[in-house]
Amino acid sequence: MAEEEAGGLVFHPMDQFVVKPLFGEGAVNWYTPTNATLWMALAALAITALLVFGTRGRAIVPNRVQSIAELLYGMVHKMVEDVTGKDGLKYFPYVMTLFCFILFANFLGLLPKSFSPTSHIAVTAVLAVLVFAGVTVLGFVKNGAHFLGLFWVSSAPLALRPVLAVIELISYFVRPVSHSIRLAGNIMAGHAVIKVFAAFAAVAAIAPVSVVAITAMYGLEVLVCLIQAYVFTILTCVYLKDALHPAH
Amino acid sequence: MFSLLQQTAPVVVEESETVVITESAEAAGHGADAVAAADAAHGAAGHAASAPGMPQLDFTTFGNQIFWLLVILAVIYWVLSRIALPRIGGVLSDRQGAITGDLMAAEEFKHKAKEAEAAYDKALADARAEAGKIVAANKAEIQKELDAAIAHADAEIAARSAESEKRIGEIRASAVEDARSVAREVTAALVENFGGKPDQGLVDTTVDQRLKGVLQ
Repeated sequence: MAEEEAGGLVFHPMDQFVVKPLFGEGAVNWYTPTNATLWMALAALAITALLVFGTRGRAIVPNRVQSIAELLYGMVHKMVEDVTGKDGLKYFPYVMTLFCFILFANFLGLLPKSFSPTSHIAVTAVLAVLVFAGVTVLGFVKNGAHFLGLFWVSSAPLALRPVLAVIELISYFVRPVSHSIRLAGNIMAGHAVIKVFAAFAAVAAIAPVSVVAITAMYGLEVLVCLIQAYVFTILTCVYLKDALHPAH
Repeated sequence: MFSLLQQTAPVVVEESETVVITESAEAAGHGADAVAAADAAHGAAGHAASAPGMPQLDFTTFGNQIFWLLVILAVIYWVLSRIALPRIGGVLSDRQGAITGDLMAAEEFKHKAKEAEAAYDKALADARAEAGKIVAANKAEIQKELDAAIAHADAEIAARSAESEKRIGEIRASAVEDARSVAREVTAALVENFGGKPDQGLVDTTVDQRLKGVLQ
């Protein structure tokens, strides 16, 4: 998409998403440390810093960092408990892992010159498929054939039920697709739009407008980063609830 | 999970070396035969680094991203489930426990204060009752002593007055006797002076008879 335009503007809005080896040039093998590796590792480090080092005091009266850690914990814990019920709390560590990873990857991706792992469908699809596969297996293990009751809407008229079952089945299998593309699409689109505005800043006449637009988009992106992490997590909880209590 | 990935990931890499799946390669592959498609793919491979369509659809990097994602997820999950979450959960429940404990302790202290107040009131009432009892006892004792003293005084008075009575009686008796003997002697002397011969016996009975109405 490196197209030269009439005004000499050069747009490379997608270059920021290229996965490159960290050290030197060459092919990206499955084990090569890349910029994706670096920023995912940074997310892991930031999570450790906040949730482990921030709480090392184990204070009854928390300091600021510990308060933030407890806030995150409380928020996700309450979400899991409210949506899935008490028996869903077993899966709280994994839901917390998902939320923290997406949140920190999103926010770290907002730093200039950084890389957003969550803007890649490869990453979000794996996250979504893990949830989808895990929830489906869990549903059958916990409820056996009753799990299929999820697709048989017993409150609907009998004639409608087969039709509804087909619709429910389709919607069930669309879940991981929407789950993953929603996150990757939001992050990618926001970053690309900021990059496009940044390219316009090369023209002196519209540079102020461009800077204001970048600022506004950045503010919006901060919101989107939080909201998408939240949405991904709460959808995970909803799917988990379906697996644990498949009755409509 | 990792062993499965290790099996599949090299396959992805092999594919990427021989057939790079880009849009141009697919477009070329539609019309041409296999060899032409492979050539076009090689051409696209050299081109891919400088002008990718969407890096998100560059399947050559998928194995890499998925592998590192799983590694990082495993690390985060381990850190959270082993260290961070138990610790934060512990801190939160400790705090809850501390608050509940403090509230209960406060309740306890309040209860104790009430008990102490009740004990104080009781002690005060007891002390008052005791004081009343002591006062009553003292009063009774004093009354008893007073009664005893009065009785003693009464007895003394009675004894003294009895004694006086006796003495008065004696004095009176002796006075009567004196008067009688004086009267006898006077009568005998009178009789003698009148020239008579006083008969002692007769004089005595006569005097006694005459005195009978006067004395006593």
